[in-house]
Amino acid sequence: MTGSPAALSDRGARFAMALPALVVFAGFALLPMALVFVLGFTSWDGLGTPAWTGAANWRAAMRDPVTQMSGWLTVKVMLIGWVVQTPISLFLGVFIAGRERYRAVFAVIYFVPLLLSTTAIGITFRALLDPNFGLSTAPSLAFMAKDWLGDTDLVLYSIIGVICWQFIPFHTLLYQAGVRQIPPVLYEAARLDGAGRLAQFWYITLPQLRYTIVTSSMLILIGSLTYFDVIYVMTEGGPGEATRVLPLDMFLTAFRQREMGRASATAAFLVVAGLMLSLAMVRFSGFAKMRSQQEGL
Amino acid sequence: MRKPFAWTAVAVAVAVLTSRGFAEPDPTGGTLAWALTSGDEKAYHHAVDQYNQKHPTSKITLQQFSNDPYKQKLLVAMGAGNAPDLFFNWGGGILKSYVDAGNVVDLTPEFSKDPGWKTRFFPSVLAAGTFDGKIYGVPINGVQPVVFYYNKKLFEEVGAQPPRTWNELLALIPKFKAKNKSLLSVAGADRWTYLMYAEYLVDRMGGPQVFSDIVAGKPDAWLNPAVVKAAEMIQDLVKKGAFEKGYAGVSYGNGQATALLYSGRAGMQLMGTWDFPNILNGQPNFVKQGSLGWLAFPTVEGGSGNAADVAGNAANLYSVYAKSTHKAVAIDFLRTAVLSDANVDVLLQNGSVPPVVGLESKIAKAPNAEWLTFIYNLAKGAPSFQLSWDQALPPAEADALLTQLDALFLLKITPKQFADKMNQAMKR
Repeated sequence: MTGSPAALSDRGARFAMALPALVVFAGFALLPMALVFVLGFTSWDGLGTPAWTGAANWRAAMRDPVTQMSGWLTVKVMLIGWVVQTPISLFLGVFIAGRERYRAVFAVIYFVPLLLSTTAIGITFRALLDPNFGLSTAPSLAFMAKDWLGDTDLVLYSIIGVICWQFIPFHTLLYQAGVRQIPPVLYEAARLDGAGRLAQFWYITLPQLRYTIVTSSMLILIGSLTYFDVIYVMTEGGPGEATRVLPLDMFLTAFRQREMGRASATAAFLVVAGLMLSLAMVRFSGFAKMRSQQEGL
Repeated sequence: MRKPFAWTAVAVAVAVLTSRGFAEPDPTGGTLAWALTSGDEKAYHHAVDQYNQKHPTSKITLQQFSNDPYKQKLLVAMGAGNAPDLFFNWGGGILKSYVDAGNVVDLTPEFSKDPGWKTRFFPSVLAAGTFDGKIYGVPINGVQPVVFYYNKKLFEEVGAQPPRTWNELLALIPKFKAKNKSLLSVAGADRWTYLMYAEYLVDRMGGPQVFSDIVAGKPDAWLNPAVVKAAEMIQDLVKKGAFEKGYAGVSYGNGQATALLYSGRAGMQLMGTWDFPNILNGQPNFVKQGSLGWLAFPTVEGGSGNAADVAGNAANLYSVYAKSTHKAVAIDFLRTAVLSDANVDVLLQNGSVPPVVGLESKIAKAPNAEWLTFIYNLAKGAPSFQLSWDQALPPAEADALLTQLDALFLLKITPKQFADKMNQAMKR
């Protein structure tokens, strides 16, 4: 390859073509991230000149009970979100992967949340869950009469519910595509061997969906590190600090408390946590190797 | 075929990159003003339209935002050096932070050139934008003391009289509960609504000096017995069931808290005067039928504060950005169009009382004269006009205050713990 003028110009062309994307990526992703790390070592109110404070922000973030609690809330949102979303999306995805027309009708209904903006979802749920004017005032929905957004023990679960409602359609779509990729011959062979529906699901669908599950889980878990909008619209982190997840804590620290340095330290932590989480998942799931699941077909 | 296509692409790219939208306030365009939506927005439009008609060559463009995002947008614009020529603000600590960063034009020389301009306004309102004797903001809308609104019809139904003292108010709680209503409606999700109770109770208990000490950062100012007592009174309200069910999740912005008042589910709401135009525009019949009542915050038995003191926002201000390239136009606009006689009329029509002296006869002729007179006298006669605490305090302390107040209203901390935590937040 190397040496011949043709190959050289080929390489040059490849580089030239990648350049615009690289410049944009470096300018709008890498550079700001590097700046965030630097700002993490300063004290800055967003207006004056940042003052170098060394590791003070990082030490404060480690010790601050609010930040610790925010971290714990984020982990909760992440894990509960995964546990709720994965089985439901898997089930719905398998269901609407069938070619019957009624399933397509259901699919259209399921996908509605995907079309709505997050702010619209937040405002709508806020109105629906209102204790005085919300759903609970309908005659047959009296069981809805809970203080969904005002009870500090309940509010996090209400928020997780809304997040799940918003994102399950997307993961359903992933699973639907995954299921449709599975060659029908596998099911035919299994049926000949006398496998029932459950056995087919357990021994064919699930293993064949392995990489889809990894992809979807990765999106859920890493997405949880950045959930912000729905929570901001619905509760602004309250009541008290009951829904102040880490990204929101970062935002409030930056723009309410005007401590950009402190907030940058939190942001840097989130970047590192997200990177490590995705690296770990890629490594332990064998995702990077992407070995064929269909050898011999 | 290929080359023309490539050049078209380049041309489009250049056009996109150089067009406006890249730098938000277009440097070549006219004077830009930022303000909020809702409340007195009719008056903001009126002032700009009036000015633009008279000055077709130096027009002003008004952009409006909603309350919470605006505060962040302004901070980012200030930090990035591209704030608008005129910006809406609340005076107090936040404006001071922009002044300290050298972002705001000192208007004192302009006021000295035109002494009549300065004496037009209530001194207590100009004070919100005055630091070290220099004036940085010009009032643009109505004064905003916080008052109790009440539903007269519901009070009749329950057989209750509007409370003049704190004990009378407490005595009303069971009366309303017996009819399956709540006495008070509060939008707890917004938190600044809680602040109004704290501001008034601390002032009624200990007078304005208590909070002046806190703003000045005097040691242990938060541990003042008046603060602890006020916190106890707040928890007393909560424990007695004064507020509507689920009050911690009810928000003001989407109108839920006010709806509780006019739909007859809650008797009273403590809110700024901006709620009057909201109700007037949203529920005109409720006001026309005379169902909306109002009263000043009650006297508190055993407190040393003056019962005529008010809390709230003085009025909103326009300030001029220091890096503005249209300072002359901006200042001319403030002097000639904002709160001009015609502009004052628009505000009065809207149920707002501008902080302008000598309006008594105008007010008497305006619609809703009863309301306007009440507010005008309340603001004019107030010995102390306490600026909202979240605007008066430095941002970090204000944020801590809202969080701790939230916990106090949820009974998660004791009154003593509230004072202790705020005292720590002040030290940091």
